[in-house]
Amino acid sequence: MAIIPPGADPGQMDTALTPDEVSDVTAIAAEKPRSLLRRGWEVFAENRLALVSLGMIVFIVLFCFVGPLIYKTNQVNTNLTDTLCPPSAAHPLGCDQVGYDQLGRLMVGGQVSLEVGFAAAIVAVFIGTLYGAFSGFIGGPVDSFLMRIVDAGLSIPYLMVVIILSVIFHPDTVIMIFIIAVFYWLGVARLVRGETLSLRTREYVQAVKVIGGGRSRAVVRHIVPNAIGTIIVQTTFAIADSILILAGLGFLGLGVQPPATDWGDMLSGGLTYLQSGTNYWWLIYPPGIAIILTCISFNFIGDALRDSFETRLQRR
Amino acid sequence: MTGFLIRRILQALLVLFLVTVFTLALVHLFPGGPIKALLGQRATPQQVAYYNNLYGFDKPFYVQYLKWVGQLLHGNLGFSTKLNQSVTSLIAQDLPKTIILVALGTVVSLLFGIPLGLYQAVHRYTTGDYILTGISFLGYATPTFFVGLLLIEWFSIDIHLFPPFAPQGTTVAQILSDPRALVLPVAAYSFVLYALWSRYMRSSVMDNLVQDYVRTARAKGASERRVLWGHVFRNSLMSIITLLGLSLPTLVAGAIFIEVVFNYPGMGLAFYNAALNVDYQVLLGFTLIATLATIIGNLLADVSYAVLDPRVRYN
Repeated sequence: MAIIPPGADPGQMDTALTPDEVSDVTAIAAEKPRSLLRRGWEVFAENRLALVSLGMIVFIVLFCFVGPLIYKTNQVNTNLTDTLCPPSAAHPLGCDQVGYDQLGRLMVGGQVSLEVGFAAAIVAVFIGTLYGAFSGFIGGPVDSFLMRIVDAGLSIPYLMVVIILSVIFHPDTVIMIFIIAVFYWLGVARLVRGETLSLRTREYVQAVKVIGGGRSRAVVRHIVPNAIGTIIVQTTFAIADSILILAGLGFLGLGVQPPATDWGDMLSGGLTYLQSGTNYWWLIYPPGIAIILTCISFNFIGDALRDSFETRLQRR
Repeated sequence: MTGFLIRRILQALLVLFLVTVFTLALVHLFPGGPIKALLGQRATPQQVAYYNNLYGFDKPFYVQYLKWVGQLLHGNLGFSTKLNQSVTSLIAQDLPKTIILVALGTVVSLLFGIPLGLYQAVHRYTTGDYILTGISFLGYATPTFFVGLLLIEWFSIDIHLFPPFAPQGTTVAQILSDPRALVLPVAAYSFVLYALWSRYMRSSVMDNLVQDYVRTARAKGASERRVLWGHVFRNSLMSIITLLGLSLPTLVAGAIFIEVVFNYPGMGLAFYNAALNVDYQVLLGFTLIATLATIIGNLLADVSYAVLDPRVRYN
């Protein structure tokens, strides 16, 4: 079974190819036109950095979700005798300020970071896509007004509004997803609308109207599937952004409520000690590096996907 | 051009209207309403009713809105009972300090980002380009506060080169009196911005290098240096100027984290403290000012684009 590009729909799974199979397909390329997703995957698979990043994401997901089954630690009760113990055989990454094992904490915090990151990105892209596609498709004054709403939302500094919403709602994991998504979809909406403006003049979209198909059909069945490249790329970047925003909120102490934690929340412990002049490096590096590795991998994947969907690069 | 200006300003006003409606609506989202947020959760219903009446929160939404906008137009952004200070005076006190941080950080990051982005575009797909690309990607993926933490650890704990705290004080003069303490906050802030400018400059120069006017200049026998600096550089710089206007929200966000990490006494730190104290007047007042700045920034970016680039015609 080949690795599936993130965001590929399940129906496409059996058509994904391993790099070895790619060359075979190239031979029959002239006879059989292939789907956008499949051609995209071929370009993607040639990008070694993107494949490494994909591997990294798989590793991080396994580390966070399967890791705790193998490396069992107590992440609910504090253990004050172990407070701030340096790395040792019993605690490979040391302990934090209330005695939680840092390696185990990294897994538990990672679960929240990844869950919120993925879910927020999907919610935001879903809303943004529908809103942008309908707005662009309807056009005229309705489109103008809908886009002014997007402008208004985008001119409010994102971080400030997310902080205010966190203050209001004292979020748990689920509410946090919506707090992050509630303003993030605006940017997606603008992009998808731009795409729709060019797609709606195409013959096959015009044809829907001629046959008597409704707006919803044109948007959901014809425009959105053809904008899928933009949408998948945006989802990838949105995941990285959501993880960073969650980390920021956690760092400011406005993230998910304890004993739940995320990577940013773990970092805030390190700051307190640094400011008082003591260097507990194991409070800083593990969560910091985890954030960077995750986000940089998603950025590389997003970049490679953007190349994959650029038709001029799909030279075959 | 005049028609474009008028239309663009009307758009900005509509956006401003929507933003203010949203901000006032946000007031009512606070747990138990704005008065409970002000008085605390143990306020009696009588007290809440009394203050609701006093502040007009019992009136219909549009009446509240008109009254509130009237106050805004008189420069009244609300009063922080937690700090016993009007929000306007808080902004007057903290904004200049934040502007210093943002301006220094922006200038330093542009000084590195523009030349290095240009270098990358000219020497694209070389080892140098790949290394610098790697650094920019690192800048994108690294949270601002983590950069701050690392700088503190390396430069003030491991080697005592710079202090871990930003200069303290209420006036701009006090901030500027200790330039050594400004080094780390400005460096951390610039690193993240550098990633943004250099990536943008790189792609902008690469886009410009394939334009027809470059081929024309070369055909006329202009030297490679003249093509680069006289034609490509100037055109690429113009889009950076526009980007500056559009990046205000990013600048603001970065400043919040830097100010918290280095305890820099600017608007970001005040905003953070207001969040911890649920001081909603400060939160909303600051957000409104930052939003206003963004709307004006976007407007100026659009207009300057039209003025600077004769090819752009808005109809």
